[in-house]
Amino acid sequence: MGKEKLDNYLNQLQSENKNLFVPYIMAGDGGLDNLEERILFLQECGAAAIEVGIPFSDPVADGPTIQNAGKRSLDHATTLTAVLDKLASFKEKRIVPIIVMAYINPIYKYGVESFADSCVQAGIDGLIIPDLPLEEEAMVTDALQHRAIALIRLAALTSSSERIETLAHRSEGFLYAVTVTGTTGVRSSYESKVKTYLQQVKQQSPVPVLAGFGVSTNEQAKELGSYCDGVVVGSKIVDLFHEGKTEQIKQLIQASI
Amino acid sequence: MTTYTMPDANGRFGEFGGRYVPETLMPALLELEKAYGEAINDPAFVEELHYYLNQYIGRETPLYYAENLTKKLGGPQIYLKREDLNHTGAHKINNTIGQALLTLRMGKKKVVAETGAGQHGVATATVCSLLGLECVVFMGEEDMRRQKLNVFRMELLGAEVRSVKNGSGTLKDAVNDALRYWVTNVEDTHYILGSVVGPHPFPKIVRDFQSVIGKETKQQILKQDGSLPDAVIACVGGGSNAMGMFYPFIEDKQVRLYGVEAGGAGLDTNQHASVLVNPNPGILHGTMTNLLQDEHGQIQEAFSISAGLDYPGVGPEHSHLNDTGRVIYVSITDDEAVTALQSLSQTEGIIPALESAHAIAYAEKLAAEMNSDQRLVICLSGRGDKDVEQIKQVLEEK
Ligand SMILES: Cc1ncc(COP(=O)(O)O)c(C=O)c1O
Repeated sequence: MGKEKLDNYLNQLQSENKNLFVPYIMAGDGGLDNLEERILFLQECGAAAIEVGIPFSDPVADGPTIQNAGKRSLDHATTLTAVLDKLASFKEKRIVPIIVMAYINPIYKYGVESFADSCVQAGIDGLIIPDLPLEEEAMVTDALQHRAIALIRLAALTSSSERIETLAHRSEGFLYAVTVTGTTGVRSSYESKVKTYLQQVKQQSPVPVLAGFGVSTNEQAKELGSYCDGVVVGSKIVDLFHEGKTEQIKQLIQASI
Repeated sequence: MTTYTMPDANGRFGEFGGRYVPETLMPALLELEKAYGEAINDPAFVEELHYYLNQYIGRETPLYYAENLTKKLGGPQIYLKREDLNHTGAHKINNTIGQALLTLRMGKKKVVAETGAGQHGVATATVCSLLGLECVVFMGEEDMRRQKLNVFRMELLGAEVRSVKNGSGTLKDAVNDALRYWVTNVEDTHYILGSVVGPHPFPKIVRDFQSVIGKETKQQILKQDGSLPDAVIACVGGGSNAMGMFYPFIEDKQVRLYGVEAGGAGLDTNQHASVLVNPNPGILHGTMTNLLQDEHGQIQEAFSISAGLDYPGVGPEHSHLNDTGRVIYVSITDDEAVTALQSLSQTEGIIPALESAHAIAYAEKLAAEMNSDQRLVICLSGRGDKDVEQIKQVLEEK
């Protein structure tokens, strides 16, 4: 459980020379009833971990695709509590690590300590909080450390080399290297500096580095993965689930890993 | 005597404030903090700022003794701090000129801003035109409808106005999209945030630039009467005119400070924007402050007739001053504000902005508890030209 499970799972895949592929899904998009099916399907496809997004009314780090998915989820009256309960209900059926991606306010309202307890109950192994930079993370670090839940830090193209050093050394599970100066959403191409950025981050990081934001094809996944350890794919997966194209998800993951 | 030194180095006002932003923005916030710290200690910057405040904006603004209103209310002597007389018609430009000069100092050539009533958007477009900066303004669809004239003004000034359809199409949604735009263009763009909200150092920078309001008021009343006022009132949306007015008085404990939030359809409905009535701390737009939100931490929509007060949060410093009790926060409904707008127009020949009319309406209530030996200052944050069409509609519907 927790950080250790995440470390072991990623290690195992890396020892098999796999490109790590972490799909993102929006919990409650289409209703919470599909969560179990989607997670087990992604596990089956070969996901290295699954990032489960919690909808928020004001997702400033997200582009239109995930914003809309969040809206659809909130229209289904999805709450953080309900997602945690749902995840707890089938934790024995999962082997793949689960990472929750949530903006800080729903966590803060839930109460950081109770939230961390509920994460343990729900079998959540790691957390990504996109609006909690180094300067504010003390708000959650003790609660998470006590329960050995990984806090995955994000590095950005704008981060100085000193900040990347700190982020990489604090990050648990893996380091999330954001590959665009911008919000989430499908991109057809990357700035040329992304390659050197990923190589530099990779060099500085004691934990695996996953590139994310904008990745949408297996070619991109392979290319970016070649500079680090793998990718996180959000908007594309969200779109494909929304359109019911699950077969394409499988193809994308299998061609990427 | 204790000295008020908020915010601390982490941008905290007590438990409020901070910087809850994506990592991509952190370097820009640190750069801004540094640039600001250097600028205000650079006499050349200060001199340039004062030059524009005086020669371009038309400061200082009068502290006008409202004799008719004083007589009508039969209570304290009432003074109006005439921010409505600033170039572009509101206090907003005190901040935009300062931040635009900072933008140049940081070597950036582009600016993004959000706007509610359109006053901040106009004030930003204006200084961008003056200083040769490119300007994009995000504005909610509903606000564009309410404030058509200001949309046209911004365009006339050369700014690009982008309509925001998300959510309720008001200020909160415009801030979201301005933040997203900033995340995407942060390398060459500065975000001129329009109120004392958002991540550190914005609440401090905006307060400091707006505090010219309170500094002048203090000097003016001391010069006229030799003593400080008994009470000061300002409306609170994000809270920039109020912070600018209150800040220089914070340590003058004998001066009572009142912040007036928008009560919309009434506090017993869920259609209002009075965040401090039932404090509910949370994190929105990069800062910890009180919010309108549900039990799951989803932000709720605010409601006010006045686009400039229609925001589900409030500056973190106001949350702090509410906790300490240094400022008393009260609420005024849409109907009360409209009545006050009519009443000031008819007694003093001054049409206030709907936002400022909230402060006037509360002054009418407070005046009943004060006597003629006392003095009351109201921050008249802006003029009502932008609201005339909307008021006409509202009154016709009645
Ligand atoms: C005239 C006027 N007063 C007040 C406000 C509210 O803003 P703040 O609370 O930041 O002063 C606005 C905002 O648009 C305004 O135009």
